[in-house]
Amino acid sequence: MRFELTDDQRDFGASLDRLLAGADTVAVARAWAADDTAPGLALWKRLAEQGVTSLAVPDSGATPVDLVVAFEALGRHAVPGPWVESAAYAPIALGEDISEQVVTAAVAPHVPYALDADVADRVLSVRDGALLDATAGERRTSVDRTRRLFEVAPGESAPAGDLVAAFDSAVLATSAQLLGCGERLLDDAVAYVKQRRQFGREIGSYQAVKHALADVRIALDFARPLVLGAALAGTTRTRDVAAAKVACADAAYLASRTALQVHGAVGYTAELDLSLWITKVRALVTAWGTPTHHRGVVLASLLDGGAA
Amino acid sequence: MDLSLSETELAFRDEARAWLAANVPAEPLPSMDTAEGFVAHQEWEARLAEARWSVVSWPREVGGREASLVEWVLFEEEYHRAGAPGRVSQNGIFLLAPILFDHGTPEQQQRFLPSMATGERIWAQAWSEPEAGSDLASLTSSARRDEDRGGWLLNGQKTWSSRAAFAHWGFGLFRSDVAAERHRGLTYLLFPLDAPGVTVRPIAQLDGEAGFAEIFLEDVFVPDADVLGAPGDGWRVAMSTAGNERGLSLRSPGRFCAAADRLVELYRNRSGFETGARAPSSTTGGDHHRDRVVDAWIAAQAYRLYTWGTVTRLAAGGDVGAAGSVNKVFWSELDIALHETALDLLGPEAEVESAWLDGYTFSLSGPIYAGTNEIQRNIVAERILGLPKEPRGAAR
Ligand SMILES: Cc1cc2nc3c(=O)[nH]c(=O)nc-3n(C[C@H](O)[C@H](O)[C@H](O)COP(=O)(O)OP(=O)(O)OC[C@H]3O[C@@H](n4cnc5c(N)ncnc54)[C@H](O)[C@@H]3O)c2cc1C
Repeated sequence: MRFELTDDQRDFGASLDRLLAGADTVAVARAWAADDTAPGLALWKRLAEQGVTSLAVPDSGATPVDLVVAFEALGRHAVPGPWVESAAYAPIALGEDISEQVVTAAVAPHVPYALDADVADRVLSVRDGALLDATAGERRTSVDRTRRLFEVAPGESAPAGDLVAAFDSAVLATSAQLLGCGERLLDDAVAYVKQRRQFGREIGSYQAVKHALADVRIALDFARPLVLGAALAGTTRTRDVAAAKVACADAAYLASRTALQVHGAVGYTAELDLSLWITKVRALVTAWGTPTHHRGVVLASLLDGGAA
Repeated sequence: MDLSLSETELAFRDEARAWLAANVPAEPLPSMDTAEGFVAHQEWEARLAEARWSVVSWPREVGGREASLVEWVLFEEEYHRAGAPGRVSQNGIFLLAPILFDHGTPEQQQRFLPSMATGERIWAQAWSEPEAGSDLASLTSSARRDEDRGGWLLNGQKTWSSRAAFAHWGFGLFRSDVAAERHRGLTYLLFPLDAPGVTVRPIAQLDGEAGFAEIFLEDVFVPDADVLGAPGDGWRVAMSTAGNERGLSLRSPGRFCAAADRLVELYRNRSGFETGARAPSSTTGGDHHRDRVVDAWIAAQAYRLYTWGTVTRLAAGGDVGAAGSVNKVFWSELDIALHETALDLLGPEAEVESAWLDGYTFSLSGPIYAGTNEIQRNIVAERILGLPKEPRGAAR
């Protein structure tokens, strides 16, 4: 029993963090939102070189814990693009190594639109449990402008791997991404309240502000072990990733609401970088299964299998 | 990173599970806050001790089995899953014992630990005072030097002391140097609750039972042998358990996981649909109840996994530190959520005496004792997030 990241896992996270911190991901994300996808695709290549697109490839040697570590970093830095679809879902859904490609997917009914289908090398669609190749259709606007959503027109059926395991993997990755977003929102909020002054003192010295941020810290601290536990789960994986998604969505959403509140009006502007994470969290809360869906999964598993 | 257990740990868990299955009383014991229940709980402690399950992590010489931290958590999980009685000895074994191990003299350890392990001597924590709650360092009960007899004379009043109505000894903080800065000049002392000059007045709690008491002290003599740590060093000594109390020892995950499992059972029974059904029926309150049951279960899981993280850090030589405050807020709110949800499921039956109702009433005190949640949030904000300190008024 050693329920902490290994040094290798920590180092992997730290190296991604360094790479992303130096890559001006905010500018990349803003460009992506404005349909200038070149900087995002260049960053994609660099991350692929670090192995991020191979993390869920069968027999790659990476584990779901590595996947969690990477997606937390992607969330923390608001990296745009169909990462969950390409790196967490597609390799398992197709049962093959597609780490050289950008792949996206619409998985009915939980993922109605394919993210960034216009830049993908391959667009997948799942209908009634069947995997199909698809083409991008009409564009939809997400609350998160960096999520460029497309309807899909299904085509030929494709040889499928394990679609259930693939969905679980995507849920796990989304949970980790939410966690990263939540951590970033908390960091930015803490930095801001230490420096913003009203009534002659830092607003961070007021208890109403302090306690709100302490609650975010607590919520994130208790969401993280669920994600790591789900990454290690065996037979209860579907239930455990569902539980992780519920907790991460709640914690990250609390982080976003609180970060917005303590920033006051400036937090309500699109100019402030904070807005990237606030809108991303809102989108990810319902991406890859809504909280209601995942609560249902947890409950059904408990009622089926007994509570233990 | 892995969550698997070793052969030894699994064997330990199985042994505990088997013993508990064979020994946990079929009928719940009467409340430990009644004279009759207190004795029944002491008898249970003795039975646990005889089989060396009362203080599994302690050295063998003083009644333990030198279990590792992992094994201790496993034992707690089994203990609660088996529905075993609450620990009447918990103040002693969870709050005082760690201090005795760290700061007690060998003589004190020999004198106090074995009777704590058997439940023969039950301890009460005498920290709070009527005017010193959250601001504990403002306490005024005094310890005055008695050179002639080689000891200290205690005076003042302690309050909210759990189990003191029936307990045998108390441990507490007293001001031994009025001139010193307020966190200095405090001394940690142990004293019998039947010593001359001690008056204990039971206080009925929300459920009507005397779960705690106030303690009046009038020239109570305590020999030097019963000072824990150095005179004047009481604050530092005491704070070394406060982290424990909030962090891990007082509320192991087993109790919440067991309660969450019972909550799922309650939901299953109340919902009137067959195992495996996906949709809640109207009698369960629909999505609202469903979500709360699931959220409570998820939170209990989170607590369990979080604890494995804490155990990993402690085993590697780390300490709980301010993270104990994160923990405390979480478990106390989880406890209330679990029980409120159960009462909601029980509907109009909820007001009738039941184990759920008892648990609910007790859960309400969680955000107050072991340092209120407001104080814990201050600690999280200041020590973990690094936010500016609250401006304080002139102390004392
Ligand atoms: C069931 C139970 C068992 C207990 N057992 C024991 C025991 O065995 N031994 C023992 O010594 N004590 C015990 N206590 C006492 C407990 O430790 C105290 O109640 C606690 O420390 C709070 O002190 P207080 O009750 O005086 O409240 P106060 O300190 O008066 O606080 C009242 C309210 O004001 C808030 N408040 C105070 N200061 C601040 C601040 N700076 N910022 C924000 N809010 C603040 C508090 O959070 C609380 O909500 C027990 C209490 C309970 C309920």
